[in-house]
Amino acid sequence: MKDNFKKAPFSAQIDLSKFSMQDFEKATDEEKKQQDVMGESTTFFKDGMRRLRKNPLAMLSIVILVLLILVILIAPHVIPYGYADIVKGSANLHPMEYSMQEQQAIAKGESVFPHLFGTDSLGRDYFIRVVYGARVSLSVGIFASILVLIIGMVYGSISGYLGGRVDLVMMRIVDIIYSLPDMLLIILLAVVLNETLSPLIKGTVLAKLGTNMIALFIVFGILYWVGMARLIRGQILTIKQNEYVLAAKCIGTSTSRTIIKHILPNCLSVIIITTALQIPSAIFTESYLSFVGLGVSAPMPSLGSLANEARAGMMTYPERLLFPAFAICLIVLALNLLGDGLRDAFDPKLSR
Amino acid sequence: MSSENILEVSHLKQYFPVKNGFKTVPLKAVDDISFSIKPGETLGLVGESGCGKTTVGRTLLRLYQPTAGRIVFDGDVLFDSEQKIDKKMQPYRKQMQMVFQDPYSSLNPRMTVEDIIGEPLDVHKLYSSKGERHDKIMELMETVGLNAEHATRYAHEFSGGQRQRIGIARALAVDPKFIVCDEPVSALDVSIQAQVVNMFEDLQKERGLSYLFIAHDLLVVQHISDRIAVMYLGHMMEIADAVELMDNPIHPYTQSLLSAVPIPDPNTARKSQRIILEGDVPSPLKMPSGCPFRTRCRYATEQCACEMPPFTDRGNGHMVACWNK
Repeated sequence: MKDNFKKAPFSAQIDLSKFSMQDFEKATDEEKKQQDVMGESTTFFKDGMRRLRKNPLAMLSIVILVLLILVILIAPHVIPYGYADIVKGSANLHPMEYSMQEQQAIAKGESVFPHLFGTDSLGRDYFIRVVYGARVSLSVGIFASILVLIIGMVYGSISGYLGGRVDLVMMRIVDIIYSLPDMLLIILLAVVLNETLSPLIKGTVLAKLGTNMIALFIVFGILYWVGMARLIRGQILTIKQNEYVLAAKCIGTSTSRTIIKHILPNCLSVIIITTALQIPSAIFTESYLSFVGLGVSAPMPSLGSLANEARAGMMTYPERLLFPAFAICLIVLALNLLGDGLRDAFDPKLSR
Repeated sequence: MSSENILEVSHLKQYFPVKNGFKTVPLKAVDDISFSIKPGETLGLVGESGCGKTTVGRTLLRLYQPTAGRIVFDGDVLFDSEQKIDKKMQPYRKQMQMVFQDPYSSLNPRMTVEDIIGEPLDVHKLYSSKGERHDKIMELMETVGLNAEHATRYAHEFSGGQRQRIGIARALAVDPKFIVCDEPVSALDVSIQAQVVNMFEDLQKERGLSYLFIAHDLLVVQHISDRIAVMYLGHMMEIADAVELMDNPIHPYTQSLLSAVPIPDPNTARKSQRIILEGDVPSPLKMPSGCPFRTRCRYATEQCACEMPPFTDRGNGHMVACWNK
């Protein structure tokens, strides 16, 4: 056998006849072990986070958001003014200015906390109002998105998984809601809900939040889930085709378990990304509603209502418009960039 | 009805509705198929792509709702369209399992190997403590030749052969009597095919399993099967003992299939004659009248065009559906 073996002229195969046993050395145990060890097992989440960490814009957004949240949480404890406290005699101050009374107090040696952003026409500290406004905007954004996520996920996964006639009916309902002019509906609903909710929540913990806030959550929840439901349904339709779903059925897995264990984890990336991008849109809508006077009720500020109030004195006190507007921009931009970063990191279809 | 067979299928039909413009036409994926499998036996099922092999396997496990026919498993009638029997499959899923064709898409990419193999245990509540679950999974992994340290890994970290082993371990988890192997080796390299096929044989010896082994590689099927069934366009063409079918194929379709098997020795290969079929497989939406194979058959007569040939015994359980004597 060996004799009639003839090497092809251009073959890249190594001619073993030229080597003898001495030319080879035995692999050590360590080298053998190196062959056994596979790369460290990475989960989908770890892998995504690793890629997210490499994205400077997304990381910057996270830093900004964390700082914002810290300020929102800490500022009310540090600053001696409340968002509704009227400081006597210190109306219409520019940033870092002191009123007459305060200057006298400083002269006496008392320490007076500066009005970082000045005060408004009633003499309320503007910085704390912007902080509370950001707090309202962020919480509306986050809770509305969670509400949207829950409704959209349940509706979309049922519709997508069951398919057939159920899917048809459920999706036509979505189409109907989708075709309604949403701004008009939001305004109508906000008005109606304000009226109906206030007697309902009287005396409960929710009353502290104010009817407008709760009305806002509900309005977002019942209007914006349709996009989420459509998206998740589409995802589930594709994932349903995979053989592992059939395998689960073959094992005898129940429908709910199949959806929770096999289908939803596989569209997690889309869910995370859409939720992250949903928050800024909810914040925007909240600001808009507050701007037209349908948002949170006074004296609770929101970034939109602050901007609206500042319109009157725009020429003399431009900073009163600039501060809330800048805060909205910062929050929305950071969340949008974070959402983009998450999409790049978690969407397997995009290049690495 | 004898209970010596673990599985008996008679006149099984599986039609899928297909929208063709405005009307819905049935696609006859499986049309009037009958066969039986004895305990500890392997029935090989061959046929070209799209002839309904996989559909047969999936319908048996009731992943599809059969259109008509009768399925008897281990003496229990699971489905009978005439007597209107349609049993809940949940208790039988412990006894009938399936190994899937594509080891890449049949494992959930978000689950660890331990969870994939453990899922049947979870669903059927086959353990009393977490420790027992872990032990069972380890035992299964050892059975199919996986290392214990693989348990915490994800499916995408494995090669095709290893993935197929995970799929087999999952099927074995419930300790079934009967496994449908849906082209379990078609997606694997030849060297790994041999390993996996041998593993199937070893498992059968150890556990007394019965297989329905679906494949289109005749050599693999011949190696593992006791009996072989040949399908064409949703119809059963021939069933016989593996050796008998290889030596003495009666149906012209089986003959041409066998002649297409590559012969490793070039000298013999040159002498052998290939029967080359003309034309393509007809669309299952436009089935030829009579025998479905007549459009490509060398011996087709007028009788073939008029009537479907009956499935008759030509001696020793060699069943053939052909008018040709």
